Amino acid sequence: MKAEYINPFIESTINALKTMAMVSPKREKLQVKKDGESAMYDISGIIGLAGGVVGSVVLSFPKETAMKIVASFIGEDVPDVNKDVLDAIGELTNIVAGSAKKIFYEQGHHFKISLPNVVYGKDHKINRARDVPCISVTFSSDAGPFAIEVSLKEVQ
Amino acid sequence: MKILVVDDSSTMRRIIKNTLVRIGYDDIVEAEHGVDALSKLDGVGMVLTDWNMPVMDGLTLVNSIRSNDQYKTVPIIMVTTEAAKEEIVVAIKAGVNDYIIKPFNQNTLQEKISKILGG
Ligand SMILES: [Mg+2]
Repeated sequence: MKAEYINPFIESTINALKTMAMVSPKREKLQVKKDGESAMYDISGIIGLAGGVVGSVVLSFPKETAMKIVASFIGEDVPDVNKDVLDAIGELTNIVAGSAKKIFYEQGHHFKISLPNVVYGKDHKINRARDVPCISVTFSSDAGPFAIEVSLKEVQ
Repeated sequence: MKILVVDDSSTMRRIIKNTLVRIGYDDIVEAEHGVDALSKLDGVGMVLTDWNMPVMDGLTLVNSIRSNDQYKTVPIIMVTTEAAKEEIVVAIKAGVNDYIIKPFNQNTLQEKISKILGG
């Protein structure tokens, strides 16, 4: 996975959170993941990418960060991790994947994005294809920390 | 006027609905996907629809609406993450009147809806 492939996802994450939730994330650590398994925060939104590239994008949040972001996203208090929070994290992941898709499109890489899936549970893990390289990026924000993980491979 | 809001995300339906209420439209019907929307078209004066949805996507929905004489001219706004020029062209050709790209600023949403409903 070329390092520059992560940039559209970083840019899209920052833009989506700023525009829709008035949260300004700051990029922290970037890390290449070797094994096929990722430890995640409490709530993760996952979208598959397929076409000229294959892979997936994951947005993962601690419970507290997710609740703050979603409250700001919908403009209402969020009392707990209910189905609204899970839906909103799924939609946020959809928006990030869709925005990144557009940037790739302009660079000549065409792919489709799947519908979002959301996983909720403390210390859950996500399995991904071992032959698809993966980069994770952590962010800090006024709503708390969170991370994205992008696995991506060009199809020849 | 009755407005149909179609999106598989309940969050997105809620955000759009809140905006509509804010500009004075409170007769709102919601649908989760295209098939659900087709069963709720009766008496609708405007449709706001997502593109990526399960069961039936927004583009298929637009094509179905436009192929029905009764709904040939009902205004349709597509609200989607699909932002590549080529995709917007496909949606406009299918009969979409306006296009809002997610992520959107709620003021943009408000302006576009007001523009279509006012003009
Ligand atoms: Mg959708």
